[in-house]
Amino acid sequence: MGSILLKNVSKVFGGHQVIPGIDLSIDDGEFVVFVGPSGCGKSTLLRLIAGLEDVSGGEILIDGRNATELPPAKRGLAMVFQSYALYPHMTVRNNIGFPLKMAGESKETIDKKVREAARILNLTNYLDRRPGQLSGGQRQRVAIGRAIVRQPGAFLFDEPLSNLDAALRGTMRIEISELHQQLKTTMVYVTHDQVEAMTMADKIVVLNIGRIEQVGSPLELYRSPQNLFVAGFIGSPRMNLLTGEEAAKRQATTVGVRPEHVALSRSDGEWTGTVSVSEHLGSDTLLHIDAGKLGQITVRADGEFDVRHGERVYMTPDPQRIHRFDANGQAIR
Amino acid sequence: MARSVTRRRKITFTIIAWVVALLIFFPILWTVLTSFKTEGDAVAVPPHFLFFHWTTENYAEVWSRSNYVLYFWNSVVISIGSTIIGLIIAIPAAWAMAFSPTKRTKDVLMWMLSTKMMPAVGVLVPIYLIFKNTGLLDTRTGLVIIMTLINLPIIVWMLFTYFKEIPNDILEAARMDGATLGKELLYILTPMAIPGIASTLLLNIILAWNEAFWTLNLTASNAGPLTAFIASFSAPEGLFYAKLSAASTMAIAPILIMGWFSQKQLVRGLTFGAVK
Repeated sequence: MGSILLKNVSKVFGGHQVIPGIDLSIDDGEFVVFVGPSGCGKSTLLRLIAGLEDVSGGEILIDGRNATELPPAKRGLAMVFQSYALYPHMTVRNNIGFPLKMAGESKETIDKKVREAARILNLTNYLDRRPGQLSGGQRQRVAIGRAIVRQPGAFLFDEPLSNLDAALRGTMRIEISELHQQLKTTMVYVTHDQVEAMTMADKIVVLNIGRIEQVGSPLELYRSPQNLFVAGFIGSPRMNLLTGEEAAKRQATTVGVRPEHVALSRSDGEWTGTVSVSEHLGSDTLLHIDAGKLGQITVRADGEFDVRHGERVYMTPDPQRIHRFDANGQAIR
Repeated sequence: MARSVTRRRKITFTIIAWVVALLIFFPILWTVLTSFKTEGDAVAVPPHFLFFHWTTENYAEVWSRSNYVLYFWNSVVISIGSTIIGLIIAIPAAWAMAFSPTKRTKDVLMWMLSTKMMPAVGVLVPIYLIFKNTGLLDTRTGLVIIMTLINLPIIVWMLFTYFKEIPNDILEAARMDGATLGKELLYILTPMAIPGIASTLLLNIILAWNEAFWTLNLTASNAGPLTAFIASFSAPEGLFYAKLSAASTMAIAPILIMGWFSQKQLVRGLTFGAVK
C-alpha cells in the first residue's frame, strides 16, 4: 500500500519560500511524474516526501498515517538517486542487501531477496562486483535493486536517468515502466524531461516556481493545458503561441497551436512565411518558418515534404485544436 | 590549449627539483654520516665527507649511557595515544561540519586553525602552571593531552576535507535504507574515508613524534620522548657532535622508516582535494 497525500506542504530555505503550499493526492499503485524546469521545486518536493528535508508547514500522509515528523527510514519509502548513490566500497550483493541488513533480517533472508532482485534486474552475474566495475545502466539497476528489496510502499525516483546516454535512457525508461507493471507499487518520479513524463506517467504534476500548474494524465495535459505555462512546457517541439491580431480575432489574448496541428501547403493557406530552418528527422520534418509579423512558427510536416531554406510555404491551423488563453494566461474553454 | 612542456624545460625542472631535494635532505645525511665518525673527525676542518674512520662506538656509548627504550616507548605512547584520541574527537566533529554545516561552520574551522598560528611560547606559562598544579608535569598523560590539543585542529581540518569529498547522496541513501547515525558512520562514512583517516593518522603521528617545544618544556626524566633524548645529549655534553648525531639518528630512524613505508598514503593525504 502506498498512497501519499500532501496537505498544504510548504518549504522555506533561509527565509526564501521555495514551495508556498502544495496539496496533492497520489493513489496507491499510481505512477506519478513531477515535471518542470530547473529550480521549480520538484526535487525538493520529492525530498520532503522522502523525509530528507523537513517540511516548514503542512502535513504528509503516507497510507493515511501522518508521516510529517517521521525519519526517512520509517516512512516505508525507497529512493533512487540521480547519482545512483551506491556504496562504492561494497559489492553489488552488499549494496542491494544493505537495507535488509539495517532492518535486521537474517542472512538467509537477505541472500534470498538479493538473488530475487538480481534476477528481476538481470544482475545475477554481477553480484560480486563493485559499483566502479559496472556500466551506468548496471549501476542504475543496482540502485533500483536496493530500492525493491525493501518492498516499500512507494518508490521515489529523483531524475534517475539523467546521467545516462540517450539510447540507454530509452531502454531504462521501458525497464522502469515494466517494473511498475510487475510490482504495481506507487512510483513518484522526478524529471525535467517531458518525454520521460509523457511516456511513463499515469499522472503528471507540472510544477513551476514551487507551485502546481496542472495535474492530469499525459494526454489531458497535451490536449487541454490549463494555462500558458503548461501549454508551452508540454509537447515537443513546443506549442506556437501567437498574440496580437491573430489572438484578438479569436477573442483571446494569446492563442496556441501545436506544430503537428498546422497543415502545410505550397499553394494556399491562412498564414504564409518563408522557411528559415528545416530539420529532417526521417519520419517527420520540422520546419521553422518566418511568418512576418506572426513571428517564428514551427510546423511538423510529413517526412516526405521536401522543402528548402528560403522557400515560401502556406500554413493552416486546425481550428478544433487551437488553444485560447486570457490576459492572465489561463485557458478559455 | 595546454602548453606542452619542452624537453629542455623538463630537464631544467628535474635538476632544480633534485637540488632542492638534496638541500633539504643534506642535514639528515650529514647527521647520519657524523654519527659514524670519531669525535675528532666530526669537528675536522675541512670536513670529511665519506673518507673517514667509520665507527659504531657512538651508538654503543649512547645506548649504554641512557635508557633509549624508555624514551622510545614514551614517543610511541605520546604520538599514537594523542593521534587516536584526536581522531575519536575529530571524526564526529568533522562529520558535523561537513554534513550538517551551519552559518558559523567556516568561522569555527578558521578559528580552530588560527590557534595553530599563535606562537606556542605565548601560552607556555599558563600551561606550565596548569600542568604543575594538576600533577601532569613530566607524565605521559600530560603530554598525550597537550599533543591531542595542539594537533586537533589539523586532524579536524584534514578529516573535514576528506568528508566533504563524500557525496551527500550516499549518506542520504543510507538514511533511506534505515541506517541510524551510528550505523551510517560505521558502515558507510568510515569505510569510505579510510584512506583519508589513515593518512591523517600517519601525519599526526609524525607531527607528534617530532614535536619538541612542549616535550622539552613539560618533561624531565620520566615522560621524555626521543626529542628530549636528543636534547639530553646536547645540553651537558656540549660539543660532542658524533654522539649527538648518533642520538639524533636513533631518534629519527623509527619515524623515517614509518614515513618511507607510508609515503603513498601521506602524499595522498597532503594533496587530497587539491586535484579532482
